Amino acid sequence: MRMPMSLIDVPIAARQTASPADASPSTAPTIAIRNLDFFYGGFQALAHIDLDVAEREVTAFIGPSGCGKSTLLRTLNRMYSLYPGQRATGEIRFNGANILDASTDLNLLRAKVGMVFQKPTPFPMSIYENIAFGVRLYERLSARRMDERVEWALAKAAMWNEVKDKLHQSGMALSGGQQQRLCIARAIAVRPEVLLLDEPTSALDPISTARIEELISELKADYTIAIVTHNMQQAARVSDRTAYMYLGELVEFGNTDQIFLKPARKETEDYITGRFG
Amino acid sequence: MTAIPVNGSRRYRRRLFVSRFNLLMALATMALGMLFLCWILATLFVHGVAALSPALFTQMTPPPGSAGGLRNAIVGSVLLVATATLVSTPIGVLAGIYLAEYGRSGWLAETTRFVNDMLLSAPSIILGLFVYTIYVLPAGHFSGWAGSMALALIAIPVVLRTTENTLRLVPGNLREAAVALGAPMSKVSVKVTLRAARGGVITGVLLAVARMSGETAPLLFTALNNQFWSTDMNGPIANLPVVIFQFAMSPFDDWKALAWAGALLITLAVLALNILARTLLRPATLR
Repeated sequence: MRMPMSLIDVPIAARQTASPADASPSTAPTIAIRNLDFFYGGFQALAHIDLDVAEREVTAFIGPSGCGKSTLLRTLNRMYSLYPGQRATGEIRFNGANILDASTDLNLLRAKVGMVFQKPTPFPMSIYENIAFGVRLYERLSARRMDERVEWALAKAAMWNEVKDKLHQSGMALSGGQQQRLCIARAIAVRPEVLLLDEPTSALDPISTARIEELISELKADYTIAIVTHNMQQAARVSDRTAYMYLGELVEFGNTDQIFLKPARKETEDYITGRFG
Repeated sequence: MTAIPVNGSRRYRRRLFVSRFNLLMALATMALGMLFLCWILATLFVHGVAALSPALFTQMTPPPGSAGGLRNAIVGSVLLVATATLVSTPIGVLAGIYLAEYGRSGWLAETTRFVNDMLLSAPSIILGLFVYTIYVLPAGHFSGWAGSMALALIAIPVVLRTTENTLRLVPGNLREAAVALGAPMSKVSVKVTLRAARGGVITGVLLAVARMSGETAPLLFTALNNQFWSTDMNGPIANLPVVIFQFAMSPFDDWKALAWAGALLITLAVLALNILARTLLRPATLR
């Protein structure tokens, strides 16, 4: 999402964002974002974001294209650090440390905060190796334990029965929906604490989408999930909390029911009712 | 606003004419190019096939006036090209990985890319003279090692270029997906992106081999030639391009016939390599 916006252009009069207290998390936040600003070179793409991602809940980021929701997601595993010229300031607390600190070990962070992308990205190797690749990075397992782990991850992603007889075929030969579930299985296999889903169903047909949404609801029991979606029905269906973003700012953040049924702000209501966006 | 007539407006018919004319011209130039290519191949086959015989592979290059083959030259060429491939492939592939994965920008990468492009188009005779100056002169004798070195200098830029280009074609989200699992950049490059690009990398190596097997100029100053059977890489060694050069320039008919046969062998080998490269590349593109 590249919609660089300088702060001055932002038309929203009140810059105060919904304070995290409004959302009153029932559990301790896994990730606490405070006063986050993000820049693509000289352009500011996120401004003053304050937001808590609660443990074992699904937090959805919605908003029109370019509002910064994907950018926000990509700060949570420091994916943006791959690209020179992109930087974030402020604080993102995760496991007691600010992950924006220069001292953060990015590989370890990313092993704990997994990510699934818009387009399915199976590696050019077998289904089995797709899962084992990430596991091998941090663990040395015996062949039997590795088999178990692969089965566990594929079962978690609800695709073990579909692929158990073709584990050694290429992951690229699967259908789009299967590829995306393989990517989810791959992310789970390294046993992260958080899963970031960046429009995980926008390239999929409705049936695959429904399966992934079911999966998200099941995974919630074990993982903290943050999902970016263009599909408001999807946000309403799968998430516990929803953040509405516009032009790089967090406009409203609260329980999903409240956001969709009784939004506090006019802008949110306009977007959700389709009058805008 | 008037309706467009059934057979099109004047403007449309003019455009149609221009389009057909351009297509015709494109076809004509293609035909011209193909004509010369086919002519070359036909001449080569007519003369080369006539000179083909089992003796080519069993007998040494003969003195003028007696029967012989090309065995020493074929084996020498294989030795020279194989050594050069073994040296140039790791250098070219690793440098290509550096340029594509690490050094997308920055002065070191830019300089490397620029120098490599220069090397890619450098006349091969200059590479031969360079190796002659730094190796053959100090050593005091021609040698197969020097020949391989000169050939490797031709191959490295080819392998480097194709490796970098195919790695750059690997979609960025595949790289991000591997990074997102917590994989360090080195693992991402070798296990994921290089793997995704392997068809292209192998093609690059095979094309470099094809290019090397026909080079004559760099070998004239380095490996030279050898009338006799020799697999000693530390001395002058026979090879097909120089034998072809020498025999084709000679006044003797039997030497000329051998030169044709050698030329046909090289062409067939290069053709085979190109076909192999294409079949290897296919799974990656078809998927």
